[in-house]
Amino acid sequence: MSQISRRKLITTGVAATAGIGSLAVAARLARRYGLIPPDDGGLYGAGETLNYAAQRLLSSRSLAREFSRGMISKAPFANAVAPPDDHFKRLQAGGFSGWRLAVSGLVARPGLLSLSDLKSLPARTQITEVVCEEGWSYIAEWIGTPLADVLNEVGVLPQARYVAYYSADRNWWDSVDLAEARHPQSLLTWGMNDGDLPVGFGGPLRMRVPRQLGYKSVKYITSLTVTDSLKNLGNGLGAPGAEFGYSWYAGI
Amino acid sequence: MSTVSRTLWYPAPVSGINPPFNPGTPRHSAVVRLTHWLTVIAFFALLVSGVEIVISHPRFYWGESGNVMTTPLFSLHIPSSRDTVPTGYGYVMPDQNGWSRALHFQSAWALLLTGLVYCLFILGTGHLRRNLLPAPGQRSARAFWNVIAQYLHRAPADESEPHSYNALQRAAYLGVLFILFPLVIWTGLAMSPAFDAAVPAAVNMLGGRQSARTLHFFVSGALVLFLLAHVTMVYLAGFRSRMRAMITGRAALPPELP
Repeated sequence: MSQISRRKLITTGVAATAGIGSLAVAARLARRYGLIPPDDGGLYGAGETLNYAAQRLLSSRSLAREFSRGMISKAPFANAVAPPDDHFKRLQAGGFSGWRLAVSGLVARPGLLSLSDLKSLPARTQITEVVCEEGWSYIAEWIGTPLADVLNEVGVLPQARYVAYYSADRNWWDSVDLAEARHPQSLLTWGMNDGDLPVGFGGPLRMRVPRQLGYKSVKYITSLTVTDSLKNLGNGLGAPGAEFGYSWYAGI
Repeated sequence: MSTVSRTLWYPAPVSGINPPFNPGTPRHSAVVRLTHWLTVIAFFALLVSGVEIVISHPRFYWGESGNVMTTPLFSLHIPSSRDTVPTGYGYVMPDQNGWSRALHFQSAWALLLTGLVYCLFILGTGHLRRNLLPAPGQRSARAFWNVIAQYLHRAPADESEPHSYNALQRAAYLGVLFILFPLVIWTGLAMSPAFDAAVPAAVNMLGGRQSARTLHFFVSGALVLFLLAHVTMVYLAGFRSRMRAMITGRAALPPELP
């Protein structure tokens, strides 16, 4: 057995103290610069925080890859969803003219937007890939109104930090930070491959967040809430999937 | 078996042998032992969670995109945890992706940070130059053949082996360290949509996201093969003595003990 010298003991002690100290400073800085995700607690909180912080620092301004028309998937795959309820079917029969997007929360001018209101704003067309957490993917052309433009229309208040968005099925919702919400490719999507967005792919209105996994691209969007904290919404974790272990930040 | 192979593969130190062997010198330094076992834990977590994630879509494609409407490059004939995947099995496994993905990425961080510590250590202390890069006498095909012949004849190991590595070990460790681990990290990161936005070349150079996923599967497989070979060699070389060396650092039992 080798002897533990006093010098070695002191060095180790100083190193450990410095390590713990710098971790504490890093945590403070991360909180201040908004690098801590809402699901930072629990067994995998460290990993979630590292994923979110690292990718926020690395990719806050970068654009998701866009593809040429030739790469659009011939057979895109629409993941199964719950069958639409009667209210949805009535709106569908009316060509979704009665579909409304309610915008509320920390905004200067809350209100209801119809699909034609959304289409009167400048549209963006992008060919991006839907990437499922299971591993499969497809490429499609998505046409919609940038969420950033909608947020500008309603006037986001300075204390806002997140945007939560809800499906027609109120149990299905999700949220992104304001950086992702204001990213030019985050799209309130109403068109796909030169036509209306099919119901199977989330029509009439789907949130597309192409820098994150498919489960953040919630279908059948009926409302948006701008908020300064996710703690007061639903389970407080920013998305229902977090209860089943699915990361709130889905850039990986 | 284990005593026989220990004498075969790992001769007990005899005084007077040149170079002199000091039983007090650790075979593995504390940093190597710590990073080794952290890597074992992280790799096992990555393997289990990786298998769970594959079960949700046991089909592999080549190119940028692929899904159940696309012809796969190959499929694993296992049941899936998603009813949308045609497997031929009449049942669907429970969904384990939530915790599997979280564990996978947290373990990847642990492995990356452990690897950084290890790389700084082997560069800073000369461990890389002394024990991992091939020594002057180990840089020929003949040196490799000699080791293989030695293994096949179950001949005693060289005198240097209790405190260093032979040509084959060095090549295997270097390959894992500087080829397989960087590749598995690269192909894994190439599946992250946000990382691909930041560094599009990471995925484009691999031929697309589905190619990256398929390569990630094969590189992981290569790492598992290394693990199997590594554990087999440890077993043949004397499981207890090698484990003792990697846990306590001591090379062998002191000569006065049986």
